Amino acid sequence: MKLKYILPILFLALLSTACSSDDDNNNSTPPVINEVEGLTKIQEIVNNNHTIELYSKSGHFYTGYNNISLRIKDNTTDAFFEDVTISWMPVMQMPTMQHACPYSAITKAPGRDTVYQGNIIYQMTNTDGSGWSLTLNYTIDGTDYSVTDTITVLQYENQNVASFMGTDNTRYVLALIEPQNPKIAINNMKVGLYKMENMMSFPVVENYTITLDPRMPGMGNHSSPNNTDLTYRTVDGTYQGNLSLTMTGYWVLNLKLLDATDTVLKGESVTEENPQSSLYLELEF
Amino acid sequence: MIFGLGFLFSALTFAQELEATVEKDTTQLDEVILIGQRKLSNYRQEKTLSSIDEYLEKSNKVTMIKRGNYAWEPSLNNMDSQRLVVTIDGMQIFGACTDKMDPITSYVDVSNLEQVSIDSGQEGTENGHCVGGGINLQMPQSKFNGSGLKSSVDLGYETNGNYKIAGLELEYVGNKFYVNADGIFRKSDNYDAGGNKEVLYSQFQKYNVSLQGGYKLAENHVLDANVIYDKATDVGYPALPMDVSLAEALITSLTHTYKNDSTTIKSWESKLYYNTITHIMDDSKRPDVPIRMDMPGWSDTYGFYTKATLKENKHNILLNLNGFYNRSLAEMTMYPNDPNQPAMFMYTWPDIRTLYTGIYAKDAFALSQDKTVSASARVGYHQNTVAEEVGLESLQIFYPDMDDSKSRFLMSLSADYKVKKDSYDATFGLGYGERAPSVSEGYGFFLFNSFDNFDYIGNPNLNNEKALEANLAANYHANQFKIGFETSYFYLTDYIIGEVDPSLSAMTIGANGVKVYQALSHASIFDFYVNATYDISDAFSLNTTLGYNYGKGSNNENLPFIKPFSYLAEINYTRNFFNAALQLDGNGNQTNYSSYYGENKTAAFAILNLNLGNIFYVKSNKMVLKYGVENILDTNYSTYSDWNNIPRQGRNFYMNVSFVIN
Repeated sequence: MKLKYILPILFLALLSTACSSDDDNNNSTPPVINEVEGLTKIQEIVNNNHTIELYSKSGHFYTGYNNISLRIKDNTTDAFFEDVTISWMPVMQMPTMQHACPYSAITKAPGRDTVYQGNIIYQMTNTDGSGWSLTLNYTIDGTDYSVTDTITVLQYENQNVASFMGTDNTRYVLALIEPQNPKIAINNMKVGLYKMENMMSFPVVENYTITLDPRMPGMGNHSSPNNTDLTYRTVDGTYQGNLSLTMTGYWVLNLKLLDATDTVLKGESVTEENPQSSLYLELEF
Repeated sequence: MIFGLGFLFSALTFAQELEATVEKDTTQLDEVILIGQRKLSNYRQEKTLSSIDEYLEKSNKVTMIKRGNYAWEPSLNNMDSQRLVVTIDGMQIFGACTDKMDPITSYVDVSNLEQVSIDSGQEGTENGHCVGGGINLQMPQSKFNGSGLKSSVDLGYETNGNYKIAGLELEYVGNKFYVNADGIFRKSDNYDAGGNKEVLYSQFQKYNVSLQGGYKLAENHVLDANVIYDKATDVGYPALPMDVSLAEALITSLTHTYKNDSTTIKSWESKLYYNTITHIMDDSKRPDVPIRMDMPGWSDTYGFYTKATLKENKHNILLNLNGFYNRSLAEMTMYPNDPNQPAMFMYTWPDIRTLYTGIYAKDAFALSQDKTVSASARVGYHQNTVAEEVGLESLQIFYPDMDDSKSRFLMSLSADYKVKKDSYDATFGLGYGERAPSVSEGYGFFLFNSFDNFDYIGNPNLNNEKALEANLAANYHANQFKIGFETSYFYLTDYIIGEVDPSLSAMTIGANGVKVYQALSHASIFDFYVNATYDISDAFSLNTTLGYNYGKGSNNENLPFIKPFSYLAEINYTRNFFNAALQLDGNGNQTNYSSYYGENKTAAFAILNLNLGNIFYVKSNKMVLKYGVENILDTNYSTYSDWNNIPRQGRNFYMNVSFVIN
């Protein structure tokens, strides 16, 4: 070995106190897999035959992007079904009309036997959390079932979803999907962009561009370097880019929505005179 | 040639000559060893209780950068901390403040030390790599002369700032062991600049205690242990937007020494050491800040050295193997004015671990009685690691491809030739040295510099900074007249300095922008001092010094913190038990200031000081009295090295008294 390696090793050996603990308790019994570990139950929706358990990390529905897990229990045997086809429809009842919101299909959660997952983006809610109901249509062994119940959707503390009218007279919904756990780092930022085709249909918008300019209003609108615009990824139908966060705290993610011909549909650049875009999301960590 | 110059005021030096021994009998430093003829004028040491900072400032080549009335940052050859290696008795110790508010000289006091050696350029690499030079603050040597119990008391008062100093030292020296304990306390209110203008936030308070003991294991073997605890609280920094509520250091070491005059190996000294620093910045006393923040920092260093001196025929050889491991961590938490927003946090020094090991060798070869040629070399391995994952990721915002660690190989070489005749002496030296970027230069994250009003981002990809150096010094003396000069030229390549990156957005509210540490392809620094002394009579002497400095980068811009034309003239009156000195100290206009790097022009100034000293003996006990007036004319002035042009002290009456009880 070269001297330059020996010296530091000697030196460290000299100065470090040797301490090691023996925590190698090898349990040979296989662990019982809890299929909903780390998840909290939001609520149960029950009909005559089945109980549908809805889960998320927080145990609540919030405005914005919700990653939801669910499983269906046989009320007589208490067993969970492993082979079902499920779809859903969240609906909000307004005084004069009703509308839905963007949502994904429901698929089997990877590595799970009984748990299914999907996501729903609630773009609004009433102040008391009321207004929304969720209908689940599912098929077990060739038999169709349906169940509907009201749900509570709480207002998230920050703006993590924006519903707006573009200059093309189309209403869009834009929701923050990631980062869920922001870091002082270059974060992968992921948003969902949906177009309101009609009251009940919100398909994904493809191949637009969303520019990103994160700012800290509490720090004189401090910005950060090496952010990238969000571009469309066909793999999961979201827009992704780099979001640099130089410190913890309250960040405003100023956005501009550009269509496929780079026409600005919503949002403005941040300048001295215009500290914030009209299209923005908020982040706090 | 080695100058061992009496550090004490003239009268005391004289008294020591009478006693024929140099003892550490009060809290003053006894002498300064200066290799390479960096003379520290003994004419200028007027206070026994001066701080290390004031003491260092008396050296020609040393300037203190002042951010307040406490914790000044030494600059040698117009180069500051990161270009120097500043050690305490060979121990590496690193400040814990990202804004250089705690140079390590602030963590020791004169009571801890016996002497300071200041070595210019590559002469200063015995303890580490540098380009500007080395400052080693040396602790007292062990002694076993059986002198028994001795104590001394020091008291000081200065009118400007109501500055109070008290020190106590107890010592017992036996034949087999000795123990020495001392403590010193300093407290000052805000000082007044010339014209009775109070400088707000210039107060400070600190105490320092140390315990040193040694045991003689065998005839040639000695074991010493030393602990220094230094704590400063309520330190104001008028030039900065924040103060310091705590600067605390614990410095410990264990030393084994072997000495033998009859063998080739004359001495062999090995030391293990540990020091830890906590530094807490605080803005709670400032009424008006854009945002409240906490900025704590920590620095821990573990290290060792083992060094030997050998003498064989005409060779004088010094070998030194050393290593250290440092952990530097600093963070910042800001509290938004909108209470609904969460606190903002970042690592400003993301837990940087520095590991260094290296070896130094020096050989002084006596060509003849009056000619010596010497050569020295240091080689070392230097590694930085970012230990905090969060910190690494935050730096990767700026440097996406950066790794968590970087290794460097560092080298230093120097050679000089010395002649000493009856009427003249001369030294010529050449050197080449390299240094690694400091933690701030490599890994700093939004460090606000109030001098140029920019936030600084470190650059982990910096190359080593390199310096080629030539120095020349000569003295001529005839009868009562002596004249000498010393000059150094440094040609630095990959000179590290912050450059504006207009694409980055400032973090600090109100900052002009962001600078990233970059390297200029080269830079030149030149200094020249001439000193003349004339002894009018036995009692009267005249002393004058003139200095000229120059610094320019390859971008054709002046470098910052280059000393303008300076002068000092003094007349001394010296008798056995009394001395007096009248001193004129000044700088010319700072014409070559660096507007590019945020400097503004500092006007010329001159101040007048009067220093007096008496010494009294009562049997074997001694009293040393120092008193005088600084800035007699109450001039309101600031120098080029005063951060943001904070004015210096106006008229100040001072008195120091030391009692030595044998």
